[in-house]
Amino acid sequence: MTREMTGAKMVVQALKDQGVDTVFGYPGGAVLPIYDEIFLQNDIRHILVRHEQGAVHAAEGYARSTGKPGVALVTSGPGATNAVTGLTDALLDSIPIVVLTGQVPTFMIGSDAFQEADTVGITRPCTKHNWLVKDTDSLAATMHEAFHVATSGRPGPVLVDIPKDVQFASGEYAAPKPSTSHYQPILKGDLEEITELVAAIETAKKPVFYTGGGVINSGPAASQLLRELVEATGFPITSTLMGLGAYPASGKNWLGMLGMHGLYEANLAMHDCDLMINIGARFDDRITGRIDAFSPNSKKAHIDIDPSSINKVIRVDIPIVGDVAHVLEDILKVWKARGRKTDAAAVAKWQDQITDWRKVNCLDFTNSEKTIKPQHALQRLEELTKKHDRYITTEVGQHQMWAAQYLGFEDPNRWMTSGGLGTMGYGFPASIGVQMAHPDALVINVAGEASWLMNMQEMGTAAQYRLPVKQFILNNERLGMVRQWQELLHGERYSHSWSEALPDFVKLAEAFGAKGILCSDPADLDDAIMEMINYDGPVIFDCLVEKHENCFPMIPSGKAHNEMLLGEAETQGVIDSKGSVLV
Amino acid sequence: MSALHIKKGSTRHSAYNLRPTFSDVQERHTIAVLVENEPGVLARVIGLFSGRGYNIESLTVAEVDHTGHLSRITIVTTGTPQVIEQIKAQLGRIVPVHEVHDLTVEGPAVERELAIIKVVGEGEKRVEALRLADIFRANVVDSTLNSFIFEITGAPDKIDAFADLMRPLGHVEVARTGVAALLRGE
Repeated sequence: MTREMTGAKMVVQALKDQGVDTVFGYPGGAVLPIYDEIFLQNDIRHILVRHEQGAVHAAEGYARSTGKPGVALVTSGPGATNAVTGLTDALLDSIPIVVLTGQVPTFMIGSDAFQEADTVGITRPCTKHNWLVKDTDSLAATMHEAFHVATSGRPGPVLVDIPKDVQFASGEYAAPKPSTSHYQPILKGDLEEITELVAAIETAKKPVFYTGGGVINSGPAASQLLRELVEATGFPITSTLMGLGAYPASGKNWLGMLGMHGLYEANLAMHDCDLMINIGARFDDRITGRIDAFSPNSKKAHIDIDPSSINKVIRVDIPIVGDVAHVLEDILKVWKARGRKTDAAAVAKWQDQITDWRKVNCLDFTNSEKTIKPQHALQRLEELTKKHDRYITTEVGQHQMWAAQYLGFEDPNRWMTSGGLGTMGYGFPASIGVQMAHPDALVINVAGEASWLMNMQEMGTAAQYRLPVKQFILNNERLGMVRQWQELLHGERYSHSWSEALPDFVKLAEAFGAKGILCSDPADLDDAIMEMINYDGPVIFDCLVEKHENCFPMIPSGKAHNEMLLGEAETQGVIDSKGSVLV
Repeated sequence: MSALHIKKGSTRHSAYNLRPTFSDVQERHTIAVLVENEPGVLARVIGLFSGRGYNIESLTVAEVDHTGHLSRITIVTTGTPQVIEQIKAQLGRIVPVHEVHDLTVEGPAVERELAIIKVVGEGEKRVEALRLADIFRANVVDSTLNSFIFEITGAPDKIDAFADLMRPLGHVEVARTGVAALLRGE
C-alpha cells in the first residue's frame, strides 16, 4: 500500500508511523516545507529550542529516559554543524537518535549555496550512519531504515539529510514494514562461550560484575535479569557512570561506581578479583587506569553487542557477542540447568574482604558549618528527592562525579549524563528532553555554573513550554575539575579556570520568567531545596559552594586501581610526568 | 596465523579465536570488503582508517555485482594482530558493509596488481629495458623513439622488482592499480 504525497509530508508521516510524539528542532530556510507540514497537524509536538545543539541533547535526554529514539529537526548549513556535538555525544554513549537536516536543493549542491554545508560529509564520522536523500521516492524507505539502524544492535545517532526540492516534490510513501535490510545485528550469544562463563561463575572465588550502559540500552528486561543473576549468585556488582541504575543503589551487592572517581571498594574489587564479568561496558580509559596493571589476576568475560568493543583495549578470555538481555537469559538458563552452583564459602570470604574495604568510607569528607560543601549539597538533595519520581541529568565536571557518587539510582533510565564525550552543556537541554517525556516527574539537572552557561539559552525553551526543570547549580566560580587538575598536575597555576564575570543567577532566572533561588548557608540548604522542589515551574538554584574542594577518591592518570588517592593528604607529587600527559 | 579458524563469510570473527597475545609483531594483511555500492561508502571505509590511525598500503574498489549493487574493496594494511582484528571488527560495523574477509588468514589467496611503467631512455638502455621486460613478461603497450610504456601484472613484489630494475635505465614513471585478490578454491 503506497500513497502519493510530498516529501515534507512523508517526513511527518514517517515520524508518526515510527511512533514519534515529540520532535526537538529549530526552523530555517531548508526545512520550511517540513515545518509547514508540522503546522498542519497535531499528532507530533514540536519543541522549539534556542540552539541546535540543545535540540540534539534534548533528543538524547528524551531517548535515555524513555528507551525510545529521540528526534531532532534542524536546517541546513549552520543548523547541521551546530548539531555535530550532540551527534558525537550520542555516538560515544550509544544513544539512539534520529537527526533530520534540511539541505539546499539537489541542483544547487556543490555550488557553495547559501547555508550549504556537506552535512553527510561532516557527520560521517560522528553518526552510526547517515543518508543524503536525492529523490522523493526513496525518502520513506530511508526514514524507516534510519529508525531501524538507530535502534538496532549497538544504538547510535543517525542523520537524514533532505534537500529542499525533495521535500517539495511528490513521491510514493510506504508505511514501515519489518526491516529487510542486511543490517541485522546478532542478538543471541554463542552458547559455548556462555557455558564457559557459567563454568567460571561456578568456581569463582572472587568474582565481580562490571556493568555499563549496554545493560540500560538493552531495555528494562536486561536490568531485571541482571538483578536476578546478582541476587542468585550473591556476587558483588559495580557499574560505570553510564550504567548507574541498572542494579539498584540500595541493593546489598552494590559496590558503587568504579573508575577514576569511583569508590574505593569498587576499584579494589576490580583489581583483586579472579573473575570479572563485563556486561555492556567497554573498558574505557576512565575505568581501566593503567592498562598493564588492570586487574592482573582475573579471568575476564565480556558481553557486548558490538564485536569491535571486544579485545579493543583489554584482552578478554570469554568473549560473548550479543544483546545483554538475550545473553543474561541464556546464562541464567544454563546456570540453573547445571544446578545453580557457586563457591559460596569463597564468595562469602570475598564479601568479608569487601566489607573491610567499605569501612574506609571513601566518600567521607570534612563538612563545614560556614560554607556549603558540594558533597553535602548532593547528600541533602538525595535525601529530599529520593522518594520522588525523579530523573537526574548532569553537566560535566566535578559536580557530575559527585552526583554519581552521592545520588542513588534505583532504576534504569533515571540518570542522564555525558559519559564518553564529556560534553559541558549537555545537562540543561537534556533535562528539557526528559521533562517532555515525563511531564509529571521531578527532573533535576545537577550542574556546575561553567557547564550550565554553555547552553543557558535553553532557559527560553524551559520558560516557553513551562517545563518545571530544576537547575541545581553547584557554583564554585571555577572550572572545578580543570582547577583540580591544575592543582595536582600543573603546580597550582590556575590558568583561565575561573570566570570573573558570572551572572546573578537569580536575576537571570527572573529575566526568563523563572524562579531563582540563592543559597550560601548550610543552615538554609534544606529549606531552599524544598522550595525548589515545590515550585511549579523552572528553577535556577544557585548553590554557592566551597570553591576549592577536590573530588575524591581519584585514580591519577597512569596509575592502577589499587593506587587511588582518598584525600588531600595523599596528593603531593603522586602523578609523574608520564601520567600528566594523559587526559 | 591460520590458527584463527575463522568461518568463511564471517564478518564478526574479531571476538573469537584470536591469536595468542597482544603481540608487537607487524603483520601485512589483505582484506576484502563487500559493500553496498551507495554514495559515500568508500569515504566511510577510508575515514575509518584515517580516523583511527590505521595504515593503508593499497586500496582498490569497483562494483563487482551490478544487479546486487555490491562493490568489492580490497585493502592491504599492516598492523599488530590486535590492530588487524580491530580493523576487521570496525569494518564489520559500518552499516553498508556486507562481508569482511581477511584473505591472509582465510587463504591461500591469489593477489594480482597491474602496473604501467614508462621508461624514457636511449641506445643500449632501450634494448636492456626490452630484454628485462621479456623476462618479467611485461608487454609493451606504447612506444616512441625514446620511450616505452610496459604493462605488467603480478604480485606487488614482482612489480616492485621490475620497477627497481627499470630505474637505472632511464627516467621511470609508474602507475599502479593496487591489489585485487581472491581466495583459492570454492
